[in-house]
Amino acid sequence: MSEFKVHHREGEGVNVIELKGYLDAHTATDLETAFQRLLNDRKYNIVVNCRDLTYISSAGLGVFMAYIEDVRKNRGDIKLTNMSTKVYNVFDLLGFPILYEIYKEEQEAVRKFNEHAGPSR
Amino acid sequence: MSSYTETISKSIRSSTDQLLDIREFVEQAAREFGFGDEESSNIVLAVDEACTNVIKHAYAGSPNGEIRVTILREGTRFQIQIQDHGRTFDPETLRPPDLKQQLTHYRRGGLGVYLMRRLMDRVEYAFRPGQPNEVRLTKFLARPAAGQRG
Repeated sequence: MSEFKVHHREGEGVNVIELKGYLDAHTATDLETAFQRLLNDRKYNIVVNCRDLTYISSAGLGVFMAYIEDVRKNRGDIKLTNMSTKVYNVFDLLGFPILYEIYKEEQEAVRKFNEHAGPSR
Repeated sequence: MSSYTETISKSIRSSTDQLLDIREFVEQAAREFGFGDEESSNIVLAVDEACTNVIKHAYAGSPNGEIRVTILREGTRFQIQIQDHGRTFDPETLRPPDLKQQLTHYRRGGLGVYLMRRLMDRVEYAFRPGQPNEVRLTKFLARPAAGQRG
């Protein structure tokens, strides 16, 4: 069953993770694996493009929480982009916009990283 | 106002690969009842969170348990009852005391309970000896349900 897909691409010193489908307690481990792989490779500038993410539950939100500390300790960040209103509302209910940078378009997030280009790539 | 109760139910295994099925079941029932996009999505998410808690806590991740989801539709009341025969757990212990602290200190547990309370009008629990554990989630329609007239 292909209810959730994670696609990774790299460019301009930023790693982009594209999410597609349903991110819930069943599929959250796929996203964990993707984050863990980036951290293992010391890649800490991460943009998560949510354009094709149709659903998220707290299990999915928990994955972002699990990795944000490690990423920021290494002077990187996880920036979120292209959310539908439905998905944004769930992030908003849990106060994520205070703690995470959320942009309408992927390019805005990439630009932010490049404005503050540091040693972590 | 005369009213009748319509009940539908579905049983699933206590496995996260069943969540998609249960979400579709609940979404269809919510839409038939008259809820719009946002309210239907909120109800679906609350039920997902409740079932996920049952799988993770009541059945401790074992996929061999049963979860029975029953939807009662009466008047303007849309109620979902989620029953299991797993270990009794106190959902209040999962409740985040401080959301910001929760988010910044990698403590994932309890977000589902918080969401359920934000998304539904009522969240109730029943833990009785010899009976299934039960979570009841209730949402009221702002207008009379489709097909039900006073």
